[in-house]
Amino acid sequence: MKILVGYKRVVDYNVRIQVKPDGTGVVTDGVKLSANPFDDIALEEALRLREKGVATEVIVVAIGPADLTAHLRNGLAMGANRAIHVVTAEAVQPLTAARVFLKLIEKEQPGLVILGKQAIDDDANQTGQMLAALWDRPQATFASQVEIADGKAKVTREVDAGLEVIEAELPAVITTDLRLNEPRFIKLPDIMKAKAKPIDTIEFGSLGVEAHDHLKTTHYAAPAKRSKGVMVKDAAELVAALKQKGLL
Amino acid sequence: MSKILVIAEHLGGKLNSSTARAVSAAAAVKAEAIDVLVLSDAPDAIAAEAAKIDGVSRVLTVARPENAHPLAAVLAPQIAKAAAGYSHLFVPSTTFGKDVAPRVAALLGVAQVSDVMSVEAAHTFKRPIYAGNAIITVEADANHPVVATIRSASWAAAGNGADSAPIEALTIDAALPTHTRFVELKQGSSDRPDLQSASKVVSGGRGVGSKENFDIIYKFADRIGAAVGASRAAVDAGYVPSEMQVGQTGKIIAPELYMAIGISGAIQHLTGIKDAGTIVAINKDGEAPIFEIADLGLVGDLFKLIPELEQAL
Repeated sequence: MKILVGYKRVVDYNVRIQVKPDGTGVVTDGVKLSANPFDDIALEEALRLREKGVATEVIVVAIGPADLTAHLRNGLAMGANRAIHVVTAEAVQPLTAARVFLKLIEKEQPGLVILGKQAIDDDANQTGQMLAALWDRPQATFASQVEIADGKAKVTREVDAGLEVIEAELPAVITTDLRLNEPRFIKLPDIMKAKAKPIDTIEFGSLGVEAHDHLKTTHYAAPAKRSKGVMVKDAAELVAALKQKGLL
Repeated sequence: MSKILVIAEHLGGKLNSSTARAVSAAAAVKAEAIDVLVLSDAPDAIAAEAAKIDGVSRVLTVARPENAHPLAAVLAPQIAKAAAGYSHLFVPSTTFGKDVAPRVAALLGVAQVSDVMSVEAAHTFKRPIYAGNAIITVEADANHPVVATIRSASWAAAGNGADSAPIEALTIDAALPTHTRFVELKQGSSDRPDLQSASKVVSGGRGVGSKENFDIIYKFADRIGAAVGASRAAVDAGYVPSEMQVGQTGKIIAPELYMAIGISGAIQHLTGIKDAGTIVAINKDGEAPIFEIADLGLVGDLFKLIPELEQAL
């Protein structure tokens, strides 16, 4: 079976983001961009399933501007067989992304779609669930363990109460949590090989997906700053300060 | 006028406090009605708890054996049907809500507002992005129902009055899928206060050093009646189970007192505690980023300082 993997490009997780003073956005010019960390985990899981013989082909998918090619080459160097680039200059909200994935599913007929549980830029945590709803298939979100056998996925999910295990018939959508795996590093020879791998470019407009912007962002602000704290010299002083505040 | 449906979160026959927090957000919309929907195999006791929450107009129950476990694929079609006639659908932004709400939104063909931290107007909300390093104001289209998840840490739980709202059983005619099945829930057993609703939280990080050493954190937390949390580093190192993780990808909490012990304070961790009342940091590295947001900081070896703290109590 084929596995489709969502592979979003985001501002690198180590970058301390700055809000523009006029409230129109965050500064992204000249800022380091990387694969969304959860998507690296999704790709790693797909590659492991291929190495186990469960999957035959792993396809990375990204939606975004023309310069995503280098980003997709990273996914190919990590081990994906090929890439699909849906080209649009506009920012895409989760429901639109889910509709794009549904079109690709109709074309590619994958047995499994693996996405990250959230992108670290919009922190929405929606696309996988929305895709599963539109596709009318099972979802297994926040996965920390995946076993596939007999056309079913047994997935351990990280939920607030602990670990929940569910069973989902394939095809299905899985979204990855941090502890699912440790993504591999890209090796130099693989970067060379990735140059020969195919990237299928599709114009967003040709998919017949209605861009869906029910949500308008009207303002960006920096979070409220906490007032400067004080350093205490020892345990007794700390306890006294907390008692004074009525916290102990 | 707005009519809001709040989806109740519950576990083991008990209502989760995240539900009363979502009711607080609904009250901020100044709705003409706030109804709570309880989906369960046995909703009666849960509904009775929900009916006591201040501001709730009605509690609606859907009792079906399929609702014994919160499977998004099973619950979403029922919630989407029950949402008819409501202007807003509010769901707690817990793993339960994050799992089910987007599925409902997609069935309704609408966008979702994730992690609402404030209500500016009936269709205008504030929410965090980039791990809480920016706060955006978003406007939802007034011609469509609003599906939103409510960030628990931003809202106090609505009170419990003497009055009880009426409870009505609802029959929902929805075909439910059988392609997704519950197998089991492995719960971390703990007598300590619940991490997400506790007024005091003590968290340990990589600096604690080992699973065995974490006992010193548990002991101290028990002494002051606090819940216990952890940084991602401590979870990844196997010191504690993952449901204890506090941060962007773990739990977002807002206790009155948060004590970070042996935690350096990566951006992703700070996201989870920014709204805490008082933050205390104990770390041997005086340059650790945690001290930038701590109200009270103490530099030193935690294995020496914690016994001293216990002594001083």
